[in-house]
Amino acid sequence: MEDIRSIVLEYVKKEYLEEGDEVDFDTPLISGGIVDSFSMVSLKRFLENKYKVSIPDAKATPEAFDSVNKICELMKEFTGAK
Amino acid sequence: MIATKDTPNIGSYEERIKGFDWSISEKELEYRKGGPINIGWYCTDRICQKGKGKKLALIWEGMGGKEHSYTYDDVRVASNTIATFLKGLGIAREDRVCLFMDKIPELYIGFVAVLKMGAIAQPLFSAFGDESLLVRLENAQTKAVITQRKHVHKIRKIRQQLPHLQHIIVVDYDGKKPLEEREVAFSLESAKPVESFDVCPTEAESPSVLHYTSGTTGFPKGVKHVHYSLISQYLTSRWALDLRDDDIYWCTADPGWVTGTSYGIIGPWCLGVTQCVLDVGFSAEVWYKFIEKHRITMWYSAPTAIRSLMKAGDEVVKKHDLSSLRYLASVGEPLNAEAVVWSEKVFGKPFHDSYWQTETGSIMITNFPGMKVKPGSMCKPFPGITATVLDPKTFEPIPEPGRIGLIALKPGWPSMMRTYWKNEEAYQKKFKNGWYLTGDRARIDKDGYFWFVGRDDDVINTAGHLVSPFEVESALLEHPAVAESAVVAKPDEVNMEVVKAFVTVKPGNTASKDLELEIMNFIRKKLSPLAMPQEIEFSPSLPKTRSGKIMRRLLRAKEWGQEIGDTSTLEDDA
Repeated sequence: MEDIRSIVLEYVKKEYLEEGDEVDFDTPLISGGIVDSFSMVSLKRFLENKYKVSIPDAKATPEAFDSVNKICELMKEFTGAK
Repeated sequence: MIATKDTPNIGSYEERIKGFDWSISEKELEYRKGGPINIGWYCTDRICQKGKGKKLALIWEGMGGKEHSYTYDDVRVASNTIATFLKGLGIAREDRVCLFMDKIPELYIGFVAVLKMGAIAQPLFSAFGDESLLVRLENAQTKAVITQRKHVHKIRKIRQQLPHLQHIIVVDYDGKKPLEEREVAFSLESAKPVESFDVCPTEAESPSVLHYTSGTTGFPKGVKHVHYSLISQYLTSRWALDLRDDDIYWCTADPGWVTGTSYGIIGPWCLGVTQCVLDVGFSAEVWYKFIEKHRITMWYSAPTAIRSLMKAGDEVVKKHDLSSLRYLASVGEPLNAEAVVWSEKVFGKPFHDSYWQTETGSIMITNFPGMKVKPGSMCKPFPGITATVLDPKTFEPIPEPGRIGLIALKPGWPSMMRTYWKNEEAYQKKFKNGWYLTGDRARIDKDGYFWFVGRDDDVINTAGHLVSPFEVESALLEHPAVAESAVVAKPDEVNMEVVKAFVTVKPGNTASKDLELEIMNFIRKKLSPLAMPQEIEFSPSLPKTRSGKIMRRLLRAKEWGQEIGDTSTLEDDA
């Protein structure tokens, strides 16, 4: 799980961060305005491609994507990671 | 009719439309024909002169629990301070000053400051990437950009291509990294407050705001508005949005788009109403909490947001006391009937749909307070607005109810755009037989209610924002792996439409999911998240006419499950 957390955090930093923003595992991504609802689609696509899973739209809610830790919780369902 | 707390500001719609004249608005604003009219002054100094200087103008909440409130007198002085600073930089009357910020207080106050000094405010959505920014700043020959530290890097990437851009003003400079060429720091908190400022005596036809909008072809067009637009914005805020002196108002739109300025700044502030701004990302819980905390009474939002709230469910609504809500309205895309019915169920009142455009500057057709709401309908034209649907072949009004035609408006209302910036030809094309063509289609029922049907062109309306397929296709071609591209609207449950791209790859590249993601992110950063294709379909070839033009129509029909229609000009049937 630690590996997923680091990979997702790095991806968020690389793709969505504006200069001056800082994020950690609990930083609100969606409600914090770092990732908007449109960009969330590309984040979902990254997770699906990287971990060869399919995340149903019903599970890909702004709440479930609101931090790296929450995303990792969601990913547990699909990857079986502990 | 004598207005009471329960009677809407408009009173009787039927009475209002009889012999309507915009002079009613001029009179209430104490504007004299031929005299000065400056939106910035009306939104600040005049309200203070009316004795409301101590009243809250802005209650702002941002990321990380930051909060700030400003009285009308605070806004007056702060806008004087910014205007003085701009003048000191050499910004002159009618120079274009771009506001490129998140929804922070400096955006709202900076907007009125630019107007007060007589310059033209050019607000741009802060999520725009460098390419989107470049075409708009280049076209407007913008002289200054007011921005934040986090967005400066986008301007740095393009400034060498912008010889007219003289100043990049950073409102939150922290001194950690050196400023670069043409950059200057300005802090509202540490600047010396300017109590008195000579507001530019702009006149009715003096340019005020330049908003950019997308069309099917060509690059975005700058819609030029003038200070006289206030006359429309004031009265529509009073009669259509029913704004009252004791309202706590929340317009969720970003001032990078026209709703965010016409009704997110000008409307409430020219009426002296307290407005709230929430500068955080979307979350149903956070939104409801915000309404509850500030006891918001009037809420102007958008169908995409309403549908997202619907998706979040009814339980989260019940956790909050939303009894303060008095009136709800919506704009941006057609509001579906289900959303109206749902809002009646959970909030005890319907959202009132309103219809207008960047070009119209103010509400044209709307469900008025006190009038019967037919869920899914936009209702009736604002008094003084002549609206109809035209036959697409003859451009004559369709006399019988129920037949679909082009929504057209008789020009002449105060907030009508005056031209497209440096593109008079495109402006003239918007008129036929004395009507302004909106580019939208609708039908009118036997009661005179308008029902939106869709766009009359290929422009994509995603979450209420227009995206040009041409602009996305052009940007796609800049990706090294893309050989050809076609972009169409794809239906979407929440956003109404989203961007879908069809792409052929150059030899040596392989279509893959990773390439799809790479291209999506490429567009997101270059243009904006709104323009990012939510889906990319790789194809060995794209359908073309025999003359080589990509048949976008065919691809769109496929996405919408529609009849493909005439394919006689298709290059081949593959």
